[in-house]
Amino acid sequence: MSSLPLVALVGNPNAGKSALFNALTGARQKLGNYPGVTVERKAGRLSLSDGRPLELVDLPGTYSLNPTSPDEQVTRDVVLGKQHGERLPDALVVVVDASNLDNHLRFALELIALGLPTVVALNMVDLATRDGLELDANILSRELGVPVISTVAVRKRGLDHLRTELDALFDGSVKARPSAAPLGFDALRSEARRIARAAVVRETPSRRLTAAVDRVALHPVAGLLLLLALLFIMFQAVYAWSEAPIAMIEGLAEAASSAASDALPDGLLRSFLVDGVINGVGSVVVFLPQILILFFFILMLEATGYMVRAAFLMDGLMARVGLSGRAFIPLLSSFACAVPGIMATRTISDPKDRLTTILIAPLMTCSARLPVYAVIIGAFIPARNVGLGIGLQGLVLFCLYIAGIIGAMLVALVLRLTVTKGASGGFLMEMPKYQWPRPQDIVLGLWQRAIIFLKRAGTIIFASTVILWLLLSFPKAPEDSAVSQVNYSVAGRIANGLNVVLEPIGFNRDISLALIPAMAAREVAVSALATVYSLDADEDEAKLERSLGDRLKDNWPLPTALAFLAWFVFAPQCISTIAVTKRETNGWRWPLFMIGYLFALAYAAAGLTYWTATAAGL
Amino acid sequence: MRLTELPLRQPAYVDLIDWDALTASDGQRLREFGLCEGASVEALHHGGLLGRGPIACKVGRMTIAMRRNHAAAIIVRTGPADAA
Repeated sequence: MSSLPLVALVGNPNAGKSALFNALTGARQKLGNYPGVTVERKAGRLSLSDGRPLELVDLPGTYSLNPTSPDEQVTRDVVLGKQHGERLPDALVVVVDASNLDNHLRFALELIALGLPTVVALNMVDLATRDGLELDANILSRELGVPVISTVAVRKRGLDHLRTELDALFDGSVKARPSAAPLGFDALRSEARRIARAAVVRETPSRRLTAAVDRVALHPVAGLLLLLALLFIMFQAVYAWSEAPIAMIEGLAEAASSAASDALPDGLLRSFLVDGVINGVGSVVVFLPQILILFFFILMLEATGYMVRAAFLMDGLMARVGLSGRAFIPLLSSFACAVPGIMATRTISDPKDRLTTILIAPLMTCSARLPVYAVIIGAFIPARNVGLGIGLQGLVLFCLYIAGIIGAMLVALVLRLTVTKGASGGFLMEMPKYQWPRPQDIVLGLWQRAIIFLKRAGTIIFASTVILWLLLSFPKAPEDSAVSQVNYSVAGRIANGLNVVLEPIGFNRDISLALIPAMAAREVAVSALATVYSLDADEDEAKLERSLGDRLKDNWPLPTALAFLAWFVFAPQCISTIAVTKRETNGWRWPLFMIGYLFALAYAAAGLTYWTATAAGL
Repeated sequence: MRLTELPLRQPAYVDLIDWDALTASDGQRLREFGLCEGASVEALHHGGLLGRGPIACKVGRMTIAMRRNHAAAIIVRTGPADAA
């Protein structure tokens, strides 16, 4: 463990803590977990002006030292030095929102009373000014008895000033304060109000941007239309914006693959590199642009403050299926990946509410399903315009997402009436002011996501592809055998067995084959299919000139493709989701329940789709 | 009148909060949001197409969202503030 001096960044939610943390530490961040709890630990390096390094840790936002959820508990335990696996911070940077002093100062007073060396960052001063509020940091500093620095995360001056104050804390020129006797809630509140009033120099009523935008964004009709439009644009953009970068990655993969083919003699090594590594992993990496576009939208919705508005609009619906409006946020992040989504349910205080949210989170279409959808839609759905500039492919993708959402709502309704019966959850949230996100924060977020995805491609996806290639390549079919190599191989034999169960819902052997390694990660289904068809290609068929999509089109009837899409709306297979569910629910009971109900639904949905499509003569 | 009945965008003050109607953690959260007897409050938006959604209201300088069962526990009064 590092023994650098530790500084904790602590404050209310929506005080702009994360932006400040990013501005102070830049890309030098380390994400981890506190031992024993699933609360993310975000730490980074910061240098004092003499070059001495500090470790800065960003604690979960909370309203007081009286926690109501597991992540708030971590914040309290860290600042009290009680958190297992974390040392007592050497200093605190308390972040307060300049335009919400009454409220944020109460928590700041509670923290200052702990007696640790403290600097207060009076954050988001620009937004306060926009709201017609002028504050005097010196008065605030005098009243609080600790240094107060005006900061705007985008501006360097405040940050330098903050660093200078930290210098002073660590060179011993600041005397330690004794910890004060803790005040009661009401006393803290009136003290906070008194100080806030003293610090306000001028307050002019001004037209508030947030109020104006909210008149539309929270309107029962207009707001809902806006939300649907935003989601619709998001899914259209996933296709429209990704064409060029995808073509580029495909070009690179093709170049690598033909270079390898030219350089190596025909044989196992070449087959391994071309069929296994390049085609397999390449077929998944190609979806990086689409995943980043999706994350871009989610990060933007979060950073602008719109996400809570979306939760507000959806709360009526959530209440009807027995969920908390708060559940909307973890569920929306599950569109990126169910793992952070399930972890984000920690903010839901009611246990049954939280359990229901965890159980339906995998029904939100995660980005790992995107490669599967994209390749099938690309192959089977014509790239037609259905009018108004709406592409048919984007429309089908949108419908698949909607199918997941409707499925989730129905499942929640049933669960709340049966296994997770209990009092309905509440919805009690602060609505942050709208703000324009810092481009650096968005870029940093995308960068972290890209690294995570490429690491997966390099590890889990690579390993599953290689194992599958091995299982597909051995034992070797005899030269004169009438049985194809795939059918002759170990994997083919397993798949043929599994196919007995999956054949009634229209799945062929190749799908059965792809579903096994897709347990490791859903997108592996794509690389697995790529490997199967790459190995299975006829000798005279120019292997590299045909895309996976074209090969699928030749081999699959349309009802099979549609059934495959329907399967993946529910797609139970994903080891990471199962593991995080086990960790969050403390046992095997709920993850097993989850796998069971998801498999049943996936099977039923694929079957119904296949039978309907076949009956309709597609 | 209850906060649920307060017309939109009409400034009011909290008269009384029926803390017993709230769970301990919800009550604590409302307090942390600055809701207390005497606090200024203004209903801004009613969510939900059928009027059953949550209520967004301004409390001091904060905007918070709550469900109607919470809002029903908050009794408000329009007109000038008390000296308190």
